[in-house]
Amino acid sequence: MNFDFSDDQKQLRDQARKFLAEKCPPKAVRVVLDGKAPYDKELWKGLAEMGFLGVAIPEEFGGAGAGHLELCVIAEEMGRANAPVPFSSTVYLAAEALLIAGSDAQKKKWLPAIAAGEAIGTLALFEGKGNPSPKNVKITAANGVLNGVKKPVADGAIADFAVVAARTGSSGRENDISLFLVDLKAGGVEVKSLTNLDPTRGQAEISFRECKAEPLGAAGEGWSILTQMLDRAAVLCAFEQVGGADRALEMGRDYALDRIAFGRQIGSFQAVKHMLADMYVSATLARSNSYYSAWALSTNAAELPEAAAAARISATQAFQHCAKNNIQVHGGMGFTWEFDCHMYYRRANAMALGLGSLSYWEDQLIERMRKKNAA
Amino acid sequence: MNFDDTPQEAAFRETARKWIEANAPKELHAELSKSSLGRIRLANRDIVDVGKAWQKKKFEGNWACLHWPKEYGGRGATPIEKVIWQQEEGVYGKLTQPFQIGEGMCGPTVMAFGSEDAKRRYLPKLASGEEIWCQLFSEPSAGSDVAGLRTRAEKKGDNWVVNGQKIWTSGAHYSDYGLLIARTDPNVPKHKGLTMFFLDMKSPGVEVRPIKQANGMQEFNEVYFTDVVIPDSQRLGAVGEGWSVSLTTLMNERMSIGARLATGVPEMFEFCSSLMLEDGLAIDDPAVRSKLASWAAKSSGLKYTSYRTISALSKGERPGPENSIGKLVSGMMLQDIATCAMDLQGAAGVLTGNDEETVQGQFQQMLLSSPSMRIAGGTDEILRNIIAERVLGLPGDIRVDKDVPYNKIPTKGR
Ligand SMILES: Cc1cc2nc3c(=O)[nH]c(=O)nc-3n(C[C@H](O)[C@H](O)[C@H](O)COP(=O)(O)OP(=O)(O)OC[C@H]3O[C@@H](n4cnc5c(N)ncnc54)[C@H](O)[C@@H]3O)c2cc1C
Ligand SMILES: Cc1cc2nc3c(=O)[nH]c(=O)nc-3n(C[C@H](O)[C@H](O)[C@H](O)COP(=O)(O)OP(=O)(O)OC[C@H]3O[C@@H](n4cnc5c(N)ncnc54)[C@H](O)[C@@H]3O)c2cc1C
Repeated sequence: MNFDFSDDQKQLRDQARKFLAEKCPPKAVRVVLDGKAPYDKELWKGLAEMGFLGVAIPEEFGGAGAGHLELCVIAEEMGRANAPVPFSSTVYLAAEALLIAGSDAQKKKWLPAIAAGEAIGTLALFEGKGNPSPKNVKITAANGVLNGVKKPVADGAIADFAVVAARTGSSGRENDISLFLVDLKAGGVEVKSLTNLDPTRGQAEISFRECKAEPLGAAGEGWSILTQMLDRAAVLCAFEQVGGADRALEMGRDYALDRIAFGRQIGSFQAVKHMLADMYVSATLARSNSYYSAWALSTNAAELPEAAAAARISATQAFQHCAKNNIQVHGGMGFTWEFDCHMYYRRANAMALGLGSLSYWEDQLIERMRKKNAA
Repeated sequence: MNFDDTPQEAAFRETARKWIEANAPKELHAELSKSSLGRIRLANRDIVDVGKAWQKKKFEGNWACLHWPKEYGGRGATPIEKVIWQQEEGVYGKLTQPFQIGEGMCGPTVMAFGSEDAKRRYLPKLASGEEIWCQLFSEPSAGSDVAGLRTRAEKKGDNWVVNGQKIWTSGAHYSDYGLLIARTDPNVPKHKGLTMFFLDMKSPGVEVRPIKQANGMQEFNEVYFTDVVIPDSQRLGAVGEGWSVSLTTLMNERMSIGARLATGVPEMFEFCSSLMLEDGLAIDDPAVRSKLASWAAKSSGLKYTSYRTISALSKGERPGPENSIGKLVSGMMLQDIATCAMDLQGAAGVLTGNDEETVQGQFQQMLLSSPSMRIAGGTDEILRNIIAERVLGLPGDIRVDKDVPYNKIPTKGR
């Protein structure tokens, strides 16, 4: 067993960390946070130049042709830097959807553009409240024409194209759902920005009116493709969450060393020490679960569904836990806009919902474990 | 033991209810019901203005600060009558937010240590909401360790001259007066060299700078003092006795917080009662039920703990450190409830605008504001220390600074 990333992958991590430290300091995140830009375009361009956007895209489609382990390494750094770019929508969801189900022509059209930083993609799945479920997909597609409203769509206002889940049948089964690829710059689409918890990552409402859409994957296969997409994205997001959790822990630790109260470093109080130790524990469990899920993803193992759900759960919890207690360690300072603590708190709580909420994934994990144990 | 109103209490309740029925700003009821913490959701209206109007009306009807003596603007009501009033006032109590520091902390301190003249001059106007007070205790390097504060007050003739900086002062930007604790002698151990004052926030040399909060609002401030003159007649308590005066303030803070503490439970209950999940109402879901039940039990535990305190108060006992549990429990609970409500909303839980799916972002705002409940007025950790040390009698942490002259304490950046 060698349950670790390779030296090359670690080198890639160092490279990504260095790049992001330089190009994506908190100051840059704040430009987007304060609403002065919808996302960091310069950074996006830089990520493309570094080859990070296409790291898991095969060379024939303009990518670096590395693999998912390399993408995991970069995802962690994106989370650590709280990067204000549509990375997860484009790379974990849209690109993966194309890789799983895209036709050669679709891949040729979009994947090189993604890798080059010229196309932003997203997944339009949700329709109001609720979690991923075929029942919650109400918008319809008939003869390649979409009608209905999707909300919230992450990065919807800046996306060039979307993978849209729509209803093509009414049997009440999973195969009622099909996926479509929609060029959002063509007609029949209306996009409205929505205010959300984490302004560094936009959310939008997208209305389709008699909108032309091409199928992605076979008709009726939508839900099965989507399930694979969500599992992959769960792994990749888990790495972002682990990166965010680690950064929040680090900020808390540094502040505890620096801040003096009662003539002592506050880190010398056991209450603070234990708070930080507990953060470390949840971040570590999340990291280990994420590593396991990365292995499952990179080898396309049968364990992936279960591993992805476990990683999703523990990474979500770890990031939420570390982000909230990082504020607590900072006292009043932690509750200011000026300190970065709230940016991680916002991101942690927004990410907890993006692919479906924690309770949804808890449910998935147990279902998947039960299935496995029964087999 | 008896939780029923006595005949007098029932009569009092009836009077209060009728008065509220006739006078409350009913048009705000729905909006107020939806705001559990943080943003008081009033479309296009300032909470301070609306609050002042309600406070004034209450004052004229003799319902403001009703547990205060009549001569200082109150009604001379018993602690139990005050609770009855708060129960009846219900959601309109949220309008008292700008006055809570004055009513709960500054007023009682003036009452205990002010001159007769000061009491008659300041307390009725505080009660009527005409003048708002703020609490100038915390400093950049003195929050939990408030006795470590640096702001200096030096005696010049009949006056004191103040220089220094406070921080996190809630409402300083709309306050008329402030309760200020300052260092008058740096040569003695830190708790011994402090003195309490109050001052006009419009005094020359006072500068208020708002601080933007993590939840996007601007409710607290930095307050700078440059050669601010305070007459000696505005000193509260003896010179060097500021620490024990401040304990009166903080003791009253505990008392005032109890009954009005937001827990998030009523909002969550209502939300779960109407939210349709895939398999039915959220409140019928066993996992939701289990959480809701433990929150409901915590919240009733808090309520009845505060009733026990009030019973003790009405027998003339002082509220003790055990009341620290109120904020400790509800701060964390608010955060958990907000997280759970958003979880139930699924992906749409991220939306904070005027979205139907998230009940206009009610729980999102709670999530963003709740960290402050675990910090303001004593952090969770300090409250646990208080319970451990003052209630359970455990020894305190080893103190490196307690008996050392203030100006000899090892510090950083002080
Ligand atoms: C089932 C079992 C098996 C064991 N097996 C072995 C063994 O094989 N070999 C061996 O040598 N020992 C063994 N021990 C002993 C064990 O290591 C000690 O019990 C343990 O270190 C606690 O020491 P103590 O009992 O003196 O408790 P104390 O040290 O007196 O602790 C009492 C309480 O105070 C807390 N406490 C103490 N110091 C601190 C501190 N600095 N900060 C915060 N809290 C503190 C503790 O957490 C505990 O809650 C075993 C104990 C148990 C229960
Ligand atoms: C929304 C808000 C409103 C406020 N309003 C006012 C106001 O109107 N007037 C006013 O005077 N102040 C106000 N405050 C200030 C508040 O009282 C302080 O922020 C609080 O007491 C904590 O102090 P600090 O921020 O300096 O944190 P620190 O004291 O630096 O605490 C940092 C961390 O160290 C921990 N810690 C510190 N000492 C110990 C210890 N001995 N043992 C264990 N852990 C410890 C804390 O729990 C915390 O986790 C407000 C604060 C907030 C957030």
